[in-house]
Amino acid sequence: MENKIKMKLNCPMPKLDYDIITLGHGSGGLLTNRLLDKTIFDVFKNDKLKTRHDGAILNLEGEIAFSTDSFVISPVFFPGGDIGELAVNGTVNDVAMCGAIPQYISLAFIIEEGLKMEEFWDVLIGVKYAAEKAGVMVVTGDTKVVERGKGDKIFVNTTGIGKMHPNANISASNIKTGDKIIVSGNIATHGIAILSVRQGLEFETTIESDTTNLNFLITKLLDEFGEKIHLFRDPTRGGVSATLNEISRDIKRGIEMKEVLLPVDRQVDAACEILGLDPLYVANEGIFIAFVANEIADDVVKTMRKLEYGENASIIGQVTDKHPGKVLIESSIGGKRVVNMQIGEQLPRIC
Amino acid sequence: MKFVSEYRNAEKVKKLINDISETVTKPWKIMEVCGGQTHSLVKNGILELLPEEINMIHGPGCPVCVTPLNLIDKAIFLAEKKDVILGSFGDMLRVPGSEKSLLQIKAEGADVRILYSPSDAVKIAKDNPDKEVVFFAVGFETTAPANALSVIQAKKLGLTNYSILVSHVLVPPAIEAIMDDEETRIDAFLGAGHVMSIMGLSEYYPLVEKYKVPIVATGFEPVEMLVGISSAVKQLEKGEYKMENAYKRVVRENGTPAARNLIFEAFEISDRMWRGIGNIPDSGYELNDKYKDFDANLKFHIDIDIAKESEMCIAGLILKGIKKPYECPAFGKLCNPENPLGAPMVSSEGACAAYYHYSV
Repeated sequence: MENKIKMKLNCPMPKLDYDIITLGHGSGGLLTNRLLDKTIFDVFKNDKLKTRHDGAILNLEGEIAFSTDSFVISPVFFPGGDIGELAVNGTVNDVAMCGAIPQYISLAFIIEEGLKMEEFWDVLIGVKYAAEKAGVMVVTGDTKVVERGKGDKIFVNTTGIGKMHPNANISASNIKTGDKIIVSGNIATHGIAILSVRQGLEFETTIESDTTNLNFLITKLLDEFGEKIHLFRDPTRGGVSATLNEISRDIKRGIEMKEVLLPVDRQVDAACEILGLDPLYVANEGIFIAFVANEIADDVVKTMRKLEYGENASIIGQVTDKHPGKVLIESSIGGKRVVNMQIGEQLPRIC
Repeated sequence: MKFVSEYRNAEKVKKLINDISETVTKPWKIMEVCGGQTHSLVKNGILELLPEEINMIHGPGCPVCVTPLNLIDKAIFLAEKKDVILGSFGDMLRVPGSEKSLLQIKAEGADVRILYSPSDAVKIAKDNPDKEVVFFAVGFETTAPANALSVIQAKKLGLTNYSILVSHVLVPPAIEAIMDDEETRIDAFLGAGHVMSIMGLSEYYPLVEKYKVPIVATGFEPVEMLVGISSAVKQLEKGEYKMENAYKRVVRENGTPAARNLIFEAFEISDRMWRGIGNIPDSGYELNDKYKDFDANLKFHIDIDIAKESEMCIAGLILKGIKKPYECPAFGKLCNPENPLGAPMVSSEGACAAYYHYSV
């Protein structure tokens, strides 16, 4: 965060003709060129982008991972991050979850006419900050402007490419009965951070989104444990419950968890309690779930806890032959229940 | 988390379960009145920990479940009007009306907003003088003070564009209706803790005497639920019937007078239709004469037909505790949370949805 503030100070917004983005900035004409020159091409300058070609020409060998994601978050700026940062982290993490080392990303904006130039600049700084932190290069992109009312300030799409880690063999089909399930950090933080801004809920201290890049943590784990790591997934939308349900169905085995093992930040837990939400169903950003061979599980957790973003790593459950396709959780008092995939949005209860 | 974790303590739970198992000698039917309690029983897996003599019957205390279909249709009718903003508690949105749900019409463009407090609706009305703002005022005695406060605030602010669509129901008349029903046999009640925290205990003593039935004010966390069950079982085994308070950290003998004052400033007692149960005399609130101007029903002259319920749905039998959700032929097949035939499948507090989501 501090580095992001520093970066902002080091990259003051250039003088631009307009205070807001207009339809003309998406026309492809002079306005577009002026805007892109002073902003995107300047902020992200690198050899690939410099060619100003329709696309980037990359030199890649061997297996690569390739992933795309669109970001439509509202509000665009939220405690702990912004849409730009989120867009880079999201795609970087998706590529990393494949067992790859993210290298290049594309960056496309759909901007609603009227967006303040200052806000656009802040989003760009968010992208720059996250890209540098994750060690990825923005090599191609696009900017479109839509009429007022046809967007929600700004939408971002990123696509990422990365070389597979030589030790990686990531596939749900590698999961075996007895595999342990590890979560890399506290769950539900991002979803609750966003919800509290949207609903105008005030807690004693602000709950900040945990959005971050997880690629270095993933690489370290693959360096050390290689093929014994069977699967990585990031439990974003739908939360931990959706991800585990999907996997459990895929592998036609059951999953059992213990509620007392789930790492949840105290404040987030309290917020969920007040709002009547179940942390298992709340969206995450800065965490992943790993399915690993039983014999390495404790060592994986030990390693993760020494590394940045892995400090709260915990084993939360395991894969079982019983109840195939179902996720069961043992409550803190020892009773069992099924954790289903949620139907639509989680709706707050009346009382 | 303080004030929560101590009530989810596995050791305490084990001890209470042992106590109950040692006390119980014959089968008892105990009804937890409130849907929040049903949710807690199933979510925490308490049902499977209890000795088999204890048969927990899930009561009608789920506001979403007992709100009549006709009222949901009315809310939808209002929300579809161009100049109306409809505010609602979250879990009312998925309840199907006779044709659509609020969630569906929201997707189609109606301005439906999920609010945590009716006071937020008053603020929206103040900020949008050219719009009519209607709050779907659903709930038991628990939500009544906040709903009452919203019209009191609106009146003070002189707002003419705010109204509430009232569907308030009350616990004591529901207990009477259940006890008067010849098909049901309930041996003891766990009182709805939050309702009692507002209303106090005085309304329940006459019920204990009239039906010779133990009523225990009970909370929602596992330890609290089991303290409630344990005290009901002890009474039953001794052949006693008393009003007891097993939720002393929240429920006072005289409840919360300030909250009750708000209720009776704006509301008066009226007959109410309960979905699945039917009309229960004096079982709800409606706005009194002083606040009639804020009654959406009168303000908009809503005239829509009373729609028919699904013939397959046995919500009434479920809400009265005569049948368990899994005894319904449609349960989990034709009726599921994605496509609910009746309201108990919609709200997470509804008995059917609770069983569907959590049962192992």
